[in-house]
Amino acid sequence: MTVDLLTIGIFVLGALTVSLLPSRWRAWALLAVSVIALYGLQPRLSVRFADFILPSLTVGISVAGWWITRADSDEQRASLSQDRITFGVVVALVIGMSLFRFVDADYRLTASRPPNPLWVITGVALATAIVWGIRRMSGRGILLGGLIAVLGAFIALKTPLFATAIAAWARGLTAQDVSLASPLDLNWLGFSYIAFRLVHTLRDRQTGLLPALTLREYLTYVIFTPSLIAGPIDRAERFAPDLRALATLPRMDSQRLLHAGERIMIGLFKKFVIADSLAAGVALNALNAPQSGGGLWAWVLLYGYALRLFFDFSGYTDIAIGVGMLVGVQLPENFNRPYFKTDITTFWQSWHMSLSSWARAYVFSPLSRNLLRLKRRPNAATIALICQIATMITIGLWHGVSWNFLIWGLWHGVGLFVHKVYTDNTRKWHRDLKAKPRQWQAYSVLMWAATFHYVLLGWVWFVLPTPTDAVQFFAKLMGVGG
Amino acid sequence: MIVRVMLKAALLFVLCNVIYALLNPLAALGRVSLYNAVIPPRERFPYSENPAAAYSVSVNTLTALFASHALARPKADDEFRVLLAGDSSTWGWLLTPEQTYAAQINAAGLRLADGRRVVAYNIAYPIMSLTKDMMLLELARDYQPDLVVWLVSLESFPYDKQTFPPLVRENPQAVFPLIEHYTLNIDPAGFATPTLFDRTIIGQRRELADLLRLQLYGVSWAASGIDQDIPASYTPYLRDLPASEAFNVFPAPTTLTADHLAFDVLAAGIDLMSDVPVIIVNEPMAIADGANSDLRYNSLFPRWAYDQYRALLAEQAALNGWQVVDLWDSVDAGLFTDTPVHLSPTGAAQFAGRLGQVIASKFNGS
Repeated sequence: MTVDLLTIGIFVLGALTVSLLPSRWRAWALLAVSVIALYGLQPRLSVRFADFILPSLTVGISVAGWWITRADSDEQRASLSQDRITFGVVVALVIGMSLFRFVDADYRLTASRPPNPLWVITGVALATAIVWGIRRMSGRGILLGGLIAVLGAFIALKTPLFATAIAAWARGLTAQDVSLASPLDLNWLGFSYIAFRLVHTLRDRQTGLLPALTLREYLTYVIFTPSLIAGPIDRAERFAPDLRALATLPRMDSQRLLHAGERIMIGLFKKFVIADSLAAGVALNALNAPQSGGGLWAWVLLYGYALRLFFDFSGYTDIAIGVGMLVGVQLPENFNRPYFKTDITTFWQSWHMSLSSWARAYVFSPLSRNLLRLKRRPNAATIALICQIATMITIGLWHGVSWNFLIWGLWHGVGLFVHKVYTDNTRKWHRDLKAKPRQWQAYSVLMWAATFHYVLLGWVWFVLPTPTDAVQFFAKLMGVGG
Repeated sequence: MIVRVMLKAALLFVLCNVIYALLNPLAALGRVSLYNAVIPPRERFPYSENPAAAYSVSVNTLTALFASHALARPKADDEFRVLLAGDSSTWGWLLTPEQTYAAQINAAGLRLADGRRVVAYNIAYPIMSLTKDMMLLELARDYQPDLVVWLVSLESFPYDKQTFPPLVRENPQAVFPLIEHYTLNIDPAGFATPTLFDRTIIGQRRELADLLRLQLYGVSWAASGIDQDIPASYTPYLRDLPASEAFNVFPAPTTLTADHLAFDVLAAGIDLMSDVPVIIVNEPMAIADGANSDLRYNSLFPRWAYDQYRALLAEQAALNGWQVVDLWDSVDAGLFTDTPVHLSPTGAAQFAGRLGQVIASKFNGS
């Protein structure tokens, strides 16, 4: 989804208000604002009550995520009373949001008229009972079950065929026209990011790496408003200390506010001036690709898209980081001049860094470990190839389960593997070349151009809806079929 | 510190706006264009109701319109430059750039007896108003035209239509001097007087954004050759007409005089072209044959008004020595599209052929 200037203005005002509150209220306010924002930012959906049910489900699965990842430790038990209060606050907020049913449409914080509060109370009670019951099951099994459930929901929502079927089922339940069902009916705010945060906590509990978190910390981490729409995907063990430090943060820290303001302004400029300008006619899209006559202007459209995507995404990230700084949470960086990198490996270490490090931690590393443990294990190159491709395909399919994203993932997986083989076989040559500064400089420029254009051509798979469209556009780039 | 920074930023912001308002650089900024330099020029003025699909945006800054147009290219030595002025039918509503009258005249490869190539330029702009045409013609004088073909229709003549187009209302600085110089019967009250705020960056943010968007859409225009969002289907013009003889402010048939119609604007337009010949063409329209076609020619014009208009046009032409060619019924009714004045590609090709003949016959061309 896209966020307009007014919404960002409200984010900033909300963040400033939270940062100016008395210290002991800040974390509570942040949680409350994050829960309310789930409903406030959720786009209006065609399926009746879906735009209320989906944010409520976000809250529900986040609470369930905490409940099943809760450590059986003294530290965890010490926060029991606070956790109970948090649970009460969250339940009150969800039920409170349903009271907007009785408020005029112009003054509602929900996308549309919520369901009857009595139904909401019943739903909350039922969900609480289910989650409570789940905890009684075996620890490891429940964590695995949680992982399967989150990934299953993710795959279902990201696969147009399944998403349409679910939307049709939901439309049937609400006596709406089933033939109009589409994946857009399930446009669930922030679920892509929430799912990955949940997977991180579930998996880290399995491996024992997850620190003890209170319900308030866990919930705020999973649904933290600034990073809900475009990331970054933070890690709980990094986020929680910032949250705990809110109580000691000076109320009016002009340095922090200035840095935050600067970051937000840079983000706004990138997103609303550069990216949106490029989107207006300069960037490749599904409409202008088939209309393009090919040749030079087709390349210009592709360059335009590459720049637009970077400025749009990194602009949002700057805004998220800036708003996070306002409340006192330092979100991780997500971009580090990716288009200036001289090889595909460093490109992926600097583009959507939080996603690629997530994929490294939860796909690449465990997969390579398991392959290495096999009795008849493949050779190192095969393991590298399998792991690179699996990781990049995961990143591709995270954007949506379609052939194009799969090919895009494969494109980068192969690129990473080829680069690894190339560097493994040219180490000595590289060392020698580095000793000759001029030649090294020329080589770096060449490698930059090759890397940039490899990434650039990869965007064709990413932006166009079908492989046929992409192949036709490749032909136009090469001056064929224009 | 933060208060000091905010104060300085606010002060700088106000200062920039005041300096901008005093310099009033919008027209100069309109001349700064990638078209004709980096991006191929547009064959007609940018106009769009759906910029994202048309790769075009309606811009009210006149200098930007001309800077984006092929007319801004240097004139070749062997070029006989013909400007086609008019409304949406001449601009090419529902037609691609290659299907417009100007493009089809160029495709015909006409040459004058002296060997010069006839090169037609489409300087029409949608929405019918003679004042809008006159304003554009006045600016087009700078581009060395050899001939103007001004396509008109009765709908362009009523006085209340003169200041209707936003392009006219947003450019009082271009229209007022003409109204004053020619003492035209146009009420200046229809124009808003810009305040100091209207001239600031904030006040002109829409115009500035449109200038930028015009440049940006140039890339997609260059890549695709598309400058209009032409729908796959449209509602055809009405064949069965309402049983009404109303026209403009007249609910029933009456006697029209030259004072009812903006012939003064037409005269001013011809006069300001001074030694550049102007041919007035009464453009074709669909003559419907459905219900009530005994009362009306089509949904736009009742028969009584249109017949009187044609007589008045001929009378004024004779009186003032204007060259008028009346081609009102020159195209078959089946070749019109969504309105009785918009031609289909076939109709436009047919009519462009007629226009080519008119130009050739006036200048001994072939």
